[in-house]
Amino acid sequence: MDTLKIADKEFSSRLFTGTGKFSSSEVMRDALLVSESELITVALKRVDIHNESDDILTHLNHPRINLLPNTSGVRDAREAVFAARLAREALETNWIKLEVHPDPKYLLPDPVETLKAAEELVKLGFVVMPYIHADPVLCKRLEEVGVQCVMPLGAPIGSNKGLKTLDFLEIIIDQSNVPVVVDAGIGSPSHAANAMEIGADAVLVNTAIAVSEQPIKMAKAFKMAVEAGRMAYKAKLAPIIQQAEASSPLTSFLNEDM
Amino acid sequence: MNTFKNIFDQYNWNDTLTSILSKTETDVIRALSHPNRGLEDFKALVSPAAKPFLEEMAQISSQVTKKRFGNTIQMYAPMYLSNECQNICTYCGFSMTNKIPRRTLTDQEILREVDFLKSKGYNHVLLVTGEANKTVGVEYIKKAIQLIRSKFANITIEVQPLDQSDYELLKKSGLYAVLVYQETYHRQEYKHHHPKGRKSNFDYRLETPDRLGRAGIHKIGLGALFGLEDWRADSFFTALHLQYLQKTYWKTKYSISFPRLRPHSGGLEPKVAMTDSDLVQLICAYRLFDEDVELSMSTRESEVFREHIVTLGITSISAESKTNPGGYVVEPQSLEQFEISDERPTEEVVQMLKNKGLDVVWKDWAYNWQ
Repeated sequence: MDTLKIADKEFSSRLFTGTGKFSSSEVMRDALLVSESELITVALKRVDIHNESDDILTHLNHPRINLLPNTSGVRDAREAVFAARLAREALETNWIKLEVHPDPKYLLPDPVETLKAAEELVKLGFVVMPYIHADPVLCKRLEEVGVQCVMPLGAPIGSNKGLKTLDFLEIIIDQSNVPVVVDAGIGSPSHAANAMEIGADAVLVNTAIAVSEQPIKMAKAFKMAVEAGRMAYKAKLAPIIQQAEASSPLTSFLNEDM
Repeated sequence: MNTFKNIFDQYNWNDTLTSILSKTETDVIRALSHPNRGLEDFKALVSPAAKPFLEEMAQISSQVTKKRFGNTIQMYAPMYLSNECQNICTYCGFSMTNKIPRRTLTDQEILREVDFLKSKGYNHVLLVTGEANKTVGVEYIKKAIQLIRSKFANITIEVQPLDQSDYELLKKSGLYAVLVYQETYHRQEYKHHHPKGRKSNFDYRLETPDRLGRAGIHKIGLGALFGLEDWRADSFFTALHLQYLQKTYWKTKYSISFPRLRPHSGGLEPKVAMTDSDLVQLICAYRLFDEDVELSMSTRESEVFREHIVTLGITSISAESKTNPGGYVVEPQSLEQFEISDERPTEEVVQMLKNKGLDVVWKDWAYNWQ
């Protein structure tokens, strides 16, 4: 079976999802179950960790679902490490989606602070999944400090613009020794399929499902697209040929009797 | 030191207003047709020429807000700590010369009010005071924040403008955000409405967001009090202020509020009226100008208005608010700063939001992160 292994966990679904922006916790739960996603990220700042009946967490209580707390809202490495520790204690998982975006406008990740936090968190025993720019060199640097995967963005988070960073994602996928999860910017199932076709190991989708008119249907559409894209990647896409040319004007002389 | 004043001083109120009023249908269509809108586009969108395009503006505003903020709305509650004040503000119920009983809450009283708000589900609180530096100075505010910080995910203050070092101190105590409205960007009118007290210093107030930005406060709330001067010009200067701040203090979040003059004890009639249609136009104009800025709506506005506006661009609202110190349980009958309009209990407002397909967000921060 074509499973994806990150750290000690194997996933049969390559669609990771998020929990923000849904119109209710019920819609969120129903959509995420239909997506068959097994790794679901939740913003620690949104969760009331002292409240056992927290609305988000109680709706995500399902044997298939692994929670991936994220550090959204932190502005530097120090805050990120602090938030990760809180998450580990509260949610009893050492998995952390590392998000350091000090710029609240475009929510773009700070590469310097992310690398610093990643190094520290790996030392503290976390499974670190960093959200970053599609920067191939940064991905290698993160790999060197011991992260378990990299999560480069396709476009600014929540923008639904698709794979604006395609050329760099291809380099990252080509070079990476850890799974590559395309995170942010995926706005439609075709974007997700495209990411899988170029060899991404998984994608993370939130806004495109949550803000759709029919989130449950859209969740299913993404599930199918991710599977289709993965299958196409495994089957090896036929080469793209710019133009059909019946004869070979430059080399046909080789076949002629001399 | 470079502050907003350097930019502000390059503008003239009357020229700005003339420029807004002379915007044409073509300017509005241009502003609507491209997604990266600038200050000239903002002028067009608040101009009278944009009125026929209100539905189109609302449609775009609604879509853009949904994309950025999702099907959610945040809830917060104001908590008035004191109505002592040494300023004279022509429009305010707490103005120094108003003969009303003055009260500043004690620790025990604050905790009783907190219990009430917590029982209603609130996790984001806005602390409000007048300006009385001897009794309600930085030390009082710091102690109040420390007293309640473990009970709320997010603490915002709306108090007198302070120095940078004061904000740094309060941030360490657990402060997240500060609201400081310019009231009006019309320098002469400002003087007229604030004849006495420290608040009469226009420039000190104007440069407050700069001090907040330098102090590293997470979120700064801007706005003007509509009714004092022309709302179009005041909104333009708020947008100018916002744009400057975003480029300068790029790690800070921003929110905009839209208070319209409300009846209060010793009341002032609005000099420049702002209709419901004007306010809708303005909310949509801000959203089209800036997709990411938080837009906040208080209980100053009516039930009907709030029900319609929550899906048009607003991202946070209050409910069941009291604008008098101790107003929730300690001394509910005392005099309010201004009369609120939407008096429905929190549960009813929450139900209304759910019926609109909005998920209510009570918590979007953690007090111990900073």
